[in-house]
Amino acid sequence: MKQVRIGAGAGYSGDRIEPAIELAEKGGLDYLVFECLAERTIALAQQAKLKDPKAGYDPLLVERFRAVLRPCRQSGTRIVTNMGAANPVAGAERIRAIAGELGLTGLKIAAVTGDDVLSSVAAGDYRIDETGASVADLGGSLISANAYTGAQAITEALANGADIVITGRAADPSLFVGPLVHAFGWARDDWHRLGQATLIGHLLECAGQVTGGYFADPGYKSVPDLARLGFPIAEVGEDGSVVVTKVAGSGGQVTPATCKEQILYEIHDPARYLTPDVVADFSNVTVEEVGFDRVRVRGASGHPRTGTLKVSLGTTEGFVGEGQISYAGPGARARGALALEIVRERLALTGVRTSELRFDLIGANALHGERLSNHGGGHEPYEVRVRVAGRTDSINEALRIGNEVETLYTNGPAGGGGVTKSAREVVGILSTLIPRERVTTAIQYVES
Amino acid sequence: MKLREIAHSRTGDKGNTSSISVIAYETAGYALLLRHVTAERVKAHFGELVAGEVVRYEIPSLSALNFVLRQALSGGVTRSLTLDTHGKGLSSALLDLDIPDESLPRTTPRQDGDH
Repeated sequence: MKQVRIGAGAGYSGDRIEPAIELAEKGGLDYLVFECLAERTIALAQQAKLKDPKAGYDPLLVERFRAVLRPCRQSGTRIVTNMGAANPVAGAERIRAIAGELGLTGLKIAAVTGDDVLSSVAAGDYRIDETGASVADLGGSLISANAYTGAQAITEALANGADIVITGRAADPSLFVGPLVHAFGWARDDWHRLGQATLIGHLLECAGQVTGGYFADPGYKSVPDLARLGFPIAEVGEDGSVVVTKVAGSGGQVTPATCKEQILYEIHDPARYLTPDVVADFSNVTVEEVGFDRVRVRGASGHPRTGTLKVSLGTTEGFVGEGQISYAGPGARARGALALEIVRERLALTGVRTSELRFDLIGANALHGERLSNHGGGHEPYEVRVRVAGRTDSINEALRIGNEVETLYTNGPAGGGGVTKSAREVVGILSTLIPRERVTTAIQYVES
Repeated sequence: MKLREIAHSRTGDKGNTSSISVIAYETAGYALLLRHVTAERVKAHFGELVAGEVVRYEIPSLSALNFVLRQALSGGVTRSLTLDTHGKGLSSALLDLDIPDESLPRTTPRQDGDH
C-alpha cells in the first residue's frame, strides 16, 4: 500500500528550529509542514503590513527556510506552511531570495491568498460570536479580518508542481489535509477520509506536543531528553490509517497517552470538530502502541463540511499597563499585600482611569485566586512578587500604573526590590462566520 | 485521593473558552471519572474563575472526558490581565480535585497510559 510520510516542523511561530532540521535531514519525509499562526499573530502581522507592504510574514520565516531548504531539496521533501501570515506573496518572494542565496534553482513556490476578507466583512451584517453585535458596529477599531481557508488551494498548488506552498490564515489541520488529499487523490467529499486526515493534522499541528512536549509531570509522567525533543512524523496509508512516530534517537516519546492528550487538545465537542474541510468526528478514536515510539491512531470519521467559514477579527482595544515588585523574608506576604493596597489607593487618588484592574501576589494567589490557592493550607511563602495590571484608553494612563508600582521603592513597604514595568497596545480578537462562497482563494507562483 | 492519582490532563484555549481533557491512566479509572468528575463539580471547583457554563463530553474509546468552560479566560489570550493568559495551568488545578478512594483493579506493571 502506498504510504506518505509527513512531519511537523513547528507547533507555533516561535518554536525551536533544530527539530525541523532533524526531520528534514533524517525524517525521510514527503512533506514537512510548519504551523506558525495563532489568533493574535495574524492581527499583529496585518499591522506590520500596513506599515510596510513587504512585511507581514512570519518573523522566523528567514531563519527557518535558511535552515531547511537545502536538506528538503536533497530529500525531495515538499514544504507547506502558513508562515505567510498577512502577506504570503511577500513571504514567497523572500523564500525565492533565500533559495537564490543558497544556490538552489528550479524551486516552484506557491503563495495562497484570499483569506484576507477585511473589505468584505467590515461593512457587513455579520454577527460577532462573542458579543452578538454586528461586525459593522466595530467601525474603525476593526484592523484585520482573516477567514480560515481549507486544504483545497494547497492541494491544487501541489498538483501544479509546487515544491513549497505558503499560505496566510489556512486552518491548522488543513495544512496536513492538503498534502494527503493530493498524495492519495481522495475526493473532496470523501468525508470519512477527510475526517481521518484532519485527525492526523490535529495530532501533528502542535509538533512537540505529541512527542512528549508539554506532557512531563515528575513522579507521574516522565519524558526522556526534553532538551532534544524530536518532532512528529505521521506514516499515513491510502486508507487513512496512521502511525505516529519520530526520528529514532531524538528526545521525547510517542505513547498512547501523549497521543490522547493531543487528540483532545483544543477540541470542544469531539463528535463535531469544525474545519473548513469537514466536520470531523473524533468520538470513537482509539490509540494502540505498535512499537517503540510508534502509536497507531484510528477511528476518526467525518460529515459534510458546513456552508460557512470562521473569520478571525482583530480589533484595537486600548492599552494595558503593568508593574511588578518583589518582597522577601519574614512578613513578605503582608508587605506585598500592603503594597497592593497602596497602589490601589494611589491609582484612585491620582485619577488614573481604568476599565479593569488586577492586583496579584505572584507565588501566593496570582493564577487561580484566593479560594483555589489556599486549598493547600495557605502556606506563608518566603517571597512574593507584587503585580498590578490595568486596562486603559491611553498609553499615558497605562504607563502611570507601572509608575505607581515603581514609586513603592521610596514610598512603600520595607524591602521591596526588582521593579519592572511595561505598557502595551492591546489587540482584541473576535470571530464571526461568513458564507463559504464569499471567500475566494488564489494562487501565485514564483520560481527560483 | 486526588484526581491526579488516576488521570492526566491538558488545557486548550479558544477565545474566552477553555477546554480541559481528563484522561484515565487505566481503563478501569474511566468509571470513576464518569461518576465523580461531573460538569457541576468542575464548575464548583473553579468557582468565580469560570463565569459561563461548563459542558462535559465523554470519549469512552480514550477513557477520557473533555470539559468546555465558557468565559473562563478573562476575555481571552490577547486581552486578559491575568499572568497565565492562555489558562494553561487550569489542568493542574483540576487534577487537585478530591475523589473517593475506591480501589481500582490494576494491571501491573503500569505502562505509561497504555490502558
